Amino acid sequence: MSLVAGVVLGAISIQWVAFLVLAVVAIAAALVVVLHRSPVVGAMGLVTNFLCIAGIYVLLNAYFFAALQVIIYAGAVVVLITFVIMLLNLQPEAKGGPGVVPVALAALLGLALIAVVGRPLLEYAAPEAGPPAPDFGTVAQVGEALFTVYFYPFLAVSLALLSAMVGAVLLAKRRLED
Amino acid sequence: MVGDPGPYLLLAAVLFVIGAFGVISRRGAITILMSIELMLNSANLALIAVSRFLPGDGGAGVPDGQVIGFLVLAIAAAEVAVGLAIVIAMFRLRESVDVDLARLLRW
Amino acid sequence: MDLFDVVATIVKVALVVGILISTVPVLTWVERRGSAFIQLRLGPNRVGPLGLLQPLADGIKFLFKEDVIPPHVYKLFYVAAPAVSFIAAVLAFAVIPFGSAFVVDGRTVPLVILDVDVGVLFLLAASGMGVFGIILAGWSSNNKYSMLGGLRSSAQMISYELSLGLAIVSVLIYAGTLRPVEIVQQQIGGTWNVFPLFIGFLILLVSAFAETNRLPFDLPEAETELVAGYHTEYSSMKFSMFFMAEYINMITGSALVTTLFLGGYALPFQRLVFEGWLGLEGNLLAVLELLSFTAKVGFFLWLFVWVRWTLPRFRFDQLMRLGWKVLIPLALVHVVWASLLVMWGVPA
Repeated sequence: MSLVAGVVLGAISIQWVAFLVLAVVAIAAALVVVLHRSPVVGAMGLVTNFLCIAGIYVLLNAYFFAALQVIIYAGAVVVLITFVIMLLNLQPEAKGGPGVVPVALAALLGLALIAVVGRPLLEYAAPEAGPPAPDFGTVAQVGEALFTVYFYPFLAVSLALLSAMVGAVLLAKRRLED
Repeated sequence: MVGDPGPYLLLAAVLFVIGAFGVISRRGAITILMSIELMLNSANLALIAVSRFLPGDGGAGVPDGQVIGFLVLAIAAAEVAVGLAIVIAMFRLRESVDVDLARLLRW
Repeated sequence: MDLFDVVATIVKVALVVGILISTVPVLTWVERRGSAFIQLRLGPNRVGPLGLLQPLADGIKFLFKEDVIPPHVYKLFYVAAPAVSFIAAVLAFAVIPFGSAFVVDGRTVPLVILDVDVGVLFLLAASGMGVFGIILAGWSSNNKYSMLGGLRSSAQMISYELSLGLAIVSVLIYAGTLRPVEIVQQQIGGTWNVFPLFIGFLILLVSAFAETNRLPFDLPEAETELVAGYHTEYSSMKFSMFFMAEYINMITGSALVTTLFLGGYALPFQRLVFEGWLGLEGNLLAVLELLSFTAKVGFFLWLFVWVRWTLPRFRFDQLMRLGWKVLIPLALVHVVWASLLVMWGVPA
């Protein structure tokens, strides 16, 4: 309620509210992915996480990248993962695993990492960045940078994608014909 | 108005830690792959967030973060494809995707 | 972004969603009467004149049917799946320009809900999300027919998304922009894209048929196959939401084809006849353009119905072979063709 009052009074901007909502849902979805025993539920949590991150990209004015995120990550990668889960008919994971001590240690280390990284981030008062450049996040600007400055990495990634396609088809074949 | 990349980087750190926790604590290969995707995604978020607030021409924001993020996106998709192919091959051998069963090379 | 813009956007959204949802019953009437004509029989003609109230009767039937949730389903995804399908189908329509602009009180109201720099990508993203509705429905029903039907249907959809995307890419290369409004305006100034990019038009049309699970690609939901495919376990309102989602996907697919290839809301020979000789402009021209858009989309919707009741359906392996081994190479060649056209300076 105080959040709503804050927005109405203009103290907290709508962007902050949107960011907080998206961040909380993204973190909750990520926790579903790593904690829920059924892989399909985890995959749907992953989709939710990717969609929230795409929303955060829109908040950051990176519209082209938000669209790419939804199309590639949420719309293709997760569909592929879900396909494989359904094809292999994977059941929810049985109990067990590494045991309580390693998992608890991992959780503690994770929290420690967040604390170590987070404190300077929240304390540091960055200089005001000012309004965004008019063509930031547009297809034209990203495309120009991709095809001029980053052309060799682009070619390398294309070759990597090609080899990944061939490799995936080969690895998943039933039997290697000699 | 969120004027600096701090909150975004904190969110990226939290997601990265959750992903790493998933890789460590889960046994199913597919869940591990999904956690790896979470980590790559958080790295992308950090890249875009920082590039949004760097000084560019005409205002704030340079396209480099988005371009590098685009390349990371492509590599992540390729890695998922190959990883899933490996999982399918492993499943054919052992009828299970439990990574604890794939330990023939351990001492 | 002031009050006028906000109100205009809300009105546009309400109108578009309302019209989309209410076109679905009209489409079912067209389907049933049209299929009857094609099959030399009469079709529904008892409920109201020419059977026009038949969709209303069907709607009332759906509303009053018992809404059963079988006990063996995974409830969260079972209930969410039709909503996901429906929302994705309606959301994709947000970037389609259905007219040029109305001038109200001296303010211009563009007849498109979302005019962003990456319009076409938004449409691809929204229709990509529709696959999840089918996957969730197939998996959550806990039924082997549903699962197989869901798997087949979503495999078909993602396979044809590739040729759909490549056909769209050829238009984007030719037009040099991702905004549907600019693509339409370029076609008004020049020729409709269907003439230089005819193969791409055919590829997009075939891929749209496959994307919407319509015959000849409707194996996943054919009655003689896997019971009813992924919506076997669904009844009444949830089933009708899947049904509506499929018809709205048809409308969006037709709208996409007209926007990218047939000039969107442009009138034939617009510059020459309508703006030049007749001298029309302003709101009257906008209304005529709206009617032109409706006519073109209506033609493609009739084409959907016509093809459904004329052609036999593909077997699943024939369907996949067509998608991967024929359409994708053809679309790639077409992308090269579009690039050559740009190099030769054809889009002036």
